[in-house]
Amino acid sequence: MKRGLPQDPMLAQLVQMARQHQISRRTALAGVGGTAAALSLASCAAAEETVVAATDLSDSEKVLTWHNWAAYMDEDDDGNYPTLLRFQEQSGITVDYRIEIDDNDTWYAKVKDQLELGQDIGADVACPTTWMAARLRGRGYLQAMDNANMPNKVANLAPGYQGNPDDPDRVYSIPWQGGFAGIGYNKQAYKEATGKDEPATMSDLWAAELKGRVGLLSEMRDTVGLVLLSQGIDIASADSLTEDAFNAALEEIKTQIGSGQIYNVRGNSYLDDLTTGNIIAATAWSGDITVINYESGTDEDPEPFGFVFPESGATLWADEFVVPIGATHKRNVEALIEYYYDPVNAAELALWVNYITPVVGAKEIAAEADPELAENQLIFPNADTLAKSHSFRSLTGPEEQRFSAAWQNLLLGS
Amino acid sequence: MAFVAFGSQTPAKEQGPSKTGRVALFLLLPGLFYLALFFITPLVSLIITSLKAPSATGAIGRYDFGLEFGNYVYAVTQYAPQIFRSFSFAVLATVLALAISYPIAYFIAVKSRNRPLLKGILLTLVVAPFFISFLLRTFAWKQIFSNDSLVVNVLKDIGIFGADSYIIGTNFAVVFGLVYNFIPFMTLPIYANLDRLDLSLVEAGSDLYASPSKTFRKITLPLSLPGIISGTLLTFIPISGDYVVASRDFLGGPDTAMIGNVVEANFLRIQDYPTASAISVMLMATIVVLVSAYVRRSGTDDLL
Repeated sequence: MKRGLPQDPMLAQLVQMARQHQISRRTALAGVGGTAAALSLASCAAAEETVVAATDLSDSEKVLTWHNWAAYMDEDDDGNYPTLLRFQEQSGITVDYRIEIDDNDTWYAKVKDQLELGQDIGADVACPTTWMAARLRGRGYLQAMDNANMPNKVANLAPGYQGNPDDPDRVYSIPWQGGFAGIGYNKQAYKEATGKDEPATMSDLWAAELKGRVGLLSEMRDTVGLVLLSQGIDIASADSLTEDAFNAALEEIKTQIGSGQIYNVRGNSYLDDLTTGNIIAATAWSGDITVINYESGTDEDPEPFGFVFPESGATLWADEFVVPIGATHKRNVEALIEYYYDPVNAAELALWVNYITPVVGAKEIAAEADPELAENQLIFPNADTLAKSHSFRSLTGPEEQRFSAAWQNLLLGS
Repeated sequence: MAFVAFGSQTPAKEQGPSKTGRVALFLLLPGLFYLALFFITPLVSLIITSLKAPSATGAIGRYDFGLEFGNYVYAVTQYAPQIFRSFSFAVLATVLALAISYPIAYFIAVKSRNRPLLKGILLTLVVAPFFISFLLRTFAWKQIFSNDSLVVNVLKDIGIFGADSYIIGTNFAVVFGLVYNFIPFMTLPIYANLDRLDLSLVEAGSDLYASPSKTFRKITLPLSLPGIISGTLLTFIPISGDYVVASRDFLGGPDTAMIGNVVEANFLRIQDYPTASAISVMLMATIVVLVSAYVRRSGTDDLL
């Protein structure tokens, strides 16, 4: 049974996005292969894989370790994280904040063996992307959090993220930030190289003047998603995004790599290439550009880097808090989530990291502090912006394996 | 490989009927235990994994026991370019390392023989890079060769480089990084060998009217062959399997992947463990074959 979409365009878009990430019963069955033998095998496998959540030591240990992506936390001139410091003062919980995730796939490869055995991966909370959180949840690698400890989250989670049949109360994965993938570029270098002010389409990245100075994200759903969109494919629809369409997009990327157009394909570390001048333009994550502007901007040139949506549209994604099965400080994590779901804190964070906040009420508070920023489409997108952004449809197991193999093999060159 | 080299010797030693045989065997136990735990077990596990079939559930990264020899076929057909590139890079880098290391080793071992202080300093310089993690050293080269670096800008200014040329991510950068990282492994064995070179043999050569180059070819070079062989083995084998230098996060680009990078991508990103294992097994087998052929051809079996 599908419920109707909310009136608010942003929420409607988010609902659709959340739905695309749910694996329907039919796709799940298709993945199982449909045969009885396969089903029984699957159930055996599931039975022996049941791992038990670790005991929560939060009452005696006021600590937690958080694995997150780069450029994802407000930072002052001394390199401290103001909102996080305030949380530590208020709660008495010491947070070990680590930038450990560079790419969903490599992060998963690092932690999956411990997760499978129910062991601690060294993080009490991590923020993988929605599709990865869904994979972890499907395999029983996550602990359920307790809504009773998170009244702010219950009250303020944007309705778009609610109503997921796999997780109706949103206790397994709770949105941290959302964002777009589009084109990031070095304004001055781009102007010098091409004579144009800003890139407008994906094919602008393939311009001869940028040969060897273009970076791509190694996140398949973003880079291939952007190319698919530029080829007129609706990446949210299974009818439009077929394996043939996917492979056609890979062909285009392969041609560009083969001709030396692409300097490198990397995870979050593409930021190094952009700031050191190795590349002029790249497929990029929206908020990252704000962060590197803050770090490399000078008084004369406060915003040396820019971020644009390609005309064909950007991709939309969200990263989510999850508590791994072996984590021993779940209660502390709940306190952390509760803190970031306070609209005041959420607004402060969102205005700094420039990602879409999932917290209702943050926009109003942000508008009081900085009315101009509150209209920033990268943080508080309106209907027009959301209409130009699309999220990659969910893939079945075999599809994911084939798509991922094709993408990674492309990155190994020939 | 070292295991194979030692393996050919052990039977001869065991045949000795002496009483010390038992003690020797006893002393071998820790080594055998180590071998069993850290070499045989992983090898068996690797071979089993290389034959696994995708799980019937179709979920990514799930495999069942099987006898899928097709994994090997797939690995070879899919990754032929990377396999070829790995061995080409390894041969090229080994030859370059030899060309650079031999004169260094010769200078330290022969020319500085009577100057212990100079010799000590030079040897320290050869070993000095080991004081810093090789990841850091490789990152340093990435900085030195980055697009806005002095090196690239100078090359562009003097017209060797076009406006769109770059170094990082090219085959040159990868081979350079490999040679750089493995020069000490080439220099030290050759040095150790040349250090024992009996100079009276060289003098005898010149007494018999051989030109310096002929003396070198007929005396010095053949006598230093064991050093060259161990040096090339110590560089060629690790270079074939290296995955750091050619990785896209270091000196490599999207078109420089070597076998190590293929294994990494299959293990860590695609979650295709059977293919990754099949490639690893083939890499080992190929190196064993290549190296035994090389050692046999150079006639230095007994010297290893």
